[in-house]
Amino acid sequence: MAASPGALPELEAVAWRRRADERALVLRERISAAYTALYVTPLLVVAGALVWLEPFLFPVSLLALAHAWVIPELFANRGAGVVRVPRRRGADGPERVAQGLLGDLLGHEARELQRRTGLALERGRLGVWLVGEAGALLVRPGGRRAHTYCVRPAEDDLPPSDRIAHLLLALREDEEGFATVANHAFAGATWRIRRRLAPVRRPALDAAVAATRTGSPERSCS
Amino acid sequence: MSRLLRMDRTGHTELAAWNAGDTGSYERAATIFDEQLAGGYMGVAKLHDESWEQVKRLPAEVEYVLLRRPIVGG
Repeated sequence: MAASPGALPELEAVAWRRRADERALVLRERISAAYTALYVTPLLVVAGALVWLEPFLFPVSLLALAHAWVIPELFANRGAGVVRVPRRRGADGPERVAQGLLGDLLGHEARELQRRTGLALERGRLGVWLVGEAGALLVRPGGRRAHTYCVRPAEDDLPPSDRIAHLLLALREDEEGFATVANHAFAGATWRIRRRLAPVRRPALDAAVAATRTGSPERSCS
Repeated sequence: MSRLLRMDRTGHTELAAWNAGDTGSYERAATIFDEQLAGGYMGVAKLHDESWEQVKRLPAEVEYVLLRRPIVGG
C-alpha cells in the first residue's frame, strides 16, 4: 500500500493490509454475517428437525437452540472486550494533567460523556467512533451495525486519558488509516455488542447510535 | 502564542512556546521538535479549520502541536 499525503505513518508497519475504506467495511460485515450463519444455521435445522421427527426430543432441540444463541454472543463478547473497563488506577497527578488535555481535544458533550463512560465519541466519515484506552468501537451509519478494534499506543506507561488522546489524534489524522492499523475484532449487530458492554459504557454506545442518526457533527475526522 | 506539547507519562509536558513573528523562539522550538521526531515521537498540528494534520516540520502559525507515540494494533 503506497503512503499517501496525510496517511498515518504507522501504516508502513502493516503494509500488507488493504486500506479499511467504506467498501472494505461492508465486505467485513457480509463475511461476518455469513460466518455467523454458517455456525448457527445447522443448529437451527437440527433443532427443528428433532422436534419434527420426535416431539419428545424437544430438550435436545432446546440445547441446539441454546448453542445457536451462544455462538454469536461469544463473538460479541470478544468484540466488546476491546472497551472493557480496565482496573482503575485512580486520577493521580499525571492522569489529572492528561484529563485536562483530553478535555481540550473533545467538545463539551463528548467531554462529559467521556468522563461518565470512559469512552470518547468522535464522528467520522465511516460512522461514529467510541475510543477507549485500548480499543475503539465504530457504529456504522444508521446505528444497526458496529465494528470493534484492538488498538493502543506503543508506549505502555501513559496515563489512561493520554492513551485515549493518542488514539483520538491518530483517528483525526487519518480515519481509514486508523481502522487499517487497528486489529479488527468484531463486526455485527450493535444490540448484540451493547449486551456485552459494561453498564457504565452503554450510555456511550447509545449516544453513538443516536449520533449516527443525526447529521450535525460536533467534530469530524479530517 | 503557539505551544509544543509532548504527551508522556507525566500527562503532558510543554517543551516550547513561540510567536509567529519571533524567529528566535520559533527556531528553538523547531530544533526541539526535530529532536523529538528523531526520538520516535510524531507531530500532530491543530490547524485553523479545527482539523488535525501529521507534520514533519514545525508549522509557525498554529495554536499548538502535539507530540504522540505511534499506535499499534492490540
